Amino acid sequence: MYSQGLIGADGRTAEDQDFLNRFQARIDDEQKIEPNDPMPEGYRRTLVRQIGQHAHSEIVGMLPEGNWITRAPSLRRKASLLAKVQDEGGHGLYLYSAAETLGVSREQMTEELLTGKAKYSSIFNYPTLSWADIGTIGWLVDGAAIMNQIPLCRCSYGPYARAMIRICKEESFHQRQGYEIVMKLAQGSPEQKAMAQESLDRFWQPVLMMFGPPDSESQNTDQSTRWKIKRFTNDELRQKFVDATVPQAEFLGLTIPDPDLKWNEDKQGFDFGPIDWDEFWRVVKGKGPMNRQRVEARQKAWDDGAWVREAALAHAEKRRAMAAE
Amino acid sequence: MSDANSELTPLWEVFIRPRTGLAHSHVGSVHAADEVMALQAARDVYTRRGEGVSIWVVPSASITASDPAQRDENFEPAASKIYRHPSFYDIPDDVGHM
Ligand SMILES: [Fe+2]
Ligand SMILES: [Fe+2]
Repeated sequence: MYSQGLIGADGRTAEDQDFLNRFQARIDDEQKIEPNDPMPEGYRRTLVRQIGQHAHSEIVGMLPEGNWITRAPSLRRKASLLAKVQDEGGHGLYLYSAAETLGVSREQMTEELLTGKAKYSSIFNYPTLSWADIGTIGWLVDGAAIMNQIPLCRCSYGPYARAMIRICKEESFHQRQGYEIVMKLAQGSPEQKAMAQESLDRFWQPVLMMFGPPDSESQNTDQSTRWKIKRFTNDELRQKFVDATVPQAEFLGLTIPDPDLKWNEDKQGFDFGPIDWDEFWRVVKGKGPMNRQRVEARQKAWDDGAWVREAALAHAEKRRAMAAE
Repeated sequence: MSDANSELTPLWEVFIRPRTGLAHSHVGSVHAADEVMALQAARDVYTRRGEGVSIWVVPSASITASDPAQRDENFEPAASKIYRHPSFYDIPDDVGHM
């Protein structure tokens, strides 16, 4: 799903100006950069971090939804949810594969996730308390991810751009299955509609935070924009998302929980109220409602899978030895 | 985490033929202990929506690549040989399509 405005990139780089100019000229010429091409260390480091965060987000993002697979209300919903969660696993793998072309190993990235060194999207540190949350996540979380990810399909780094093209093709199903769930609830009994509204109330602000800190606070935007890793700022993407989403909520008869939300004729977009950035930073720094459980679940999966990895390698080794005899 | 390189699960490059009549093309990579598991992983990761009818997996370490630093040296000469293209030759229209 889910890239977030990059948290804490370090685009500093120490190459000589001539090298940097030649690299920038390639970027300005819209040439894609491929794995073994010469590139500034800051470019490589920013991408490793961004693609890594993005991959971890896909993988950790399987947890809140996986929580509801066995409790989906019908076989149709269960089959869709399973397929969606499987897609997210696939997205994680496309992205790990893209990051590995930059010389970082899968094991290293996994270790950074488990030790808390690498971040993932803050949205997955919120719990999924009701079935409506599964609808809300598909509609809004995947919807926000699509806003973020479409421009990344044109990212200057070839393997990342190609992974994003595959991912974007698959996301549309995610958003539509989510919207359909919310729509069924919104058009159902008063209790069902209340469940959909309550879910929207809890998720709205955290979803807006998915685009990352406001432009006034994010230092990495400039360099990432010059290198064409990023094509829009966090605030631009957030605005596009609000403008696209408000009519969708209206269609459902649900109320977006923001008293300041109103159409602004001049900017041809919606004005919206302040976002609680203190909460955002608390969650990013590990103090969200589910941070501990998410990393514990990944750690358990890694530990429980150890014997399988070892057995598979031992088996492959044995077959090689037998073939050599 | 693995502490020795020998314990790392090998990397495989994945090539998929989208349908008969087209060549296999590179789609990404997977980690797997052996070629059987690599094929299974490639199927699960890269063909969930009918993207292919055939998969190749190749150990990444077996691929020899040209050096990007020698790109000009390798490929620039082709650009200057315009006489390799049909449009280089003047044939009167009266001759008809050729
Ligand atoms: Fe995804
Ligand atoms: Fe998704």
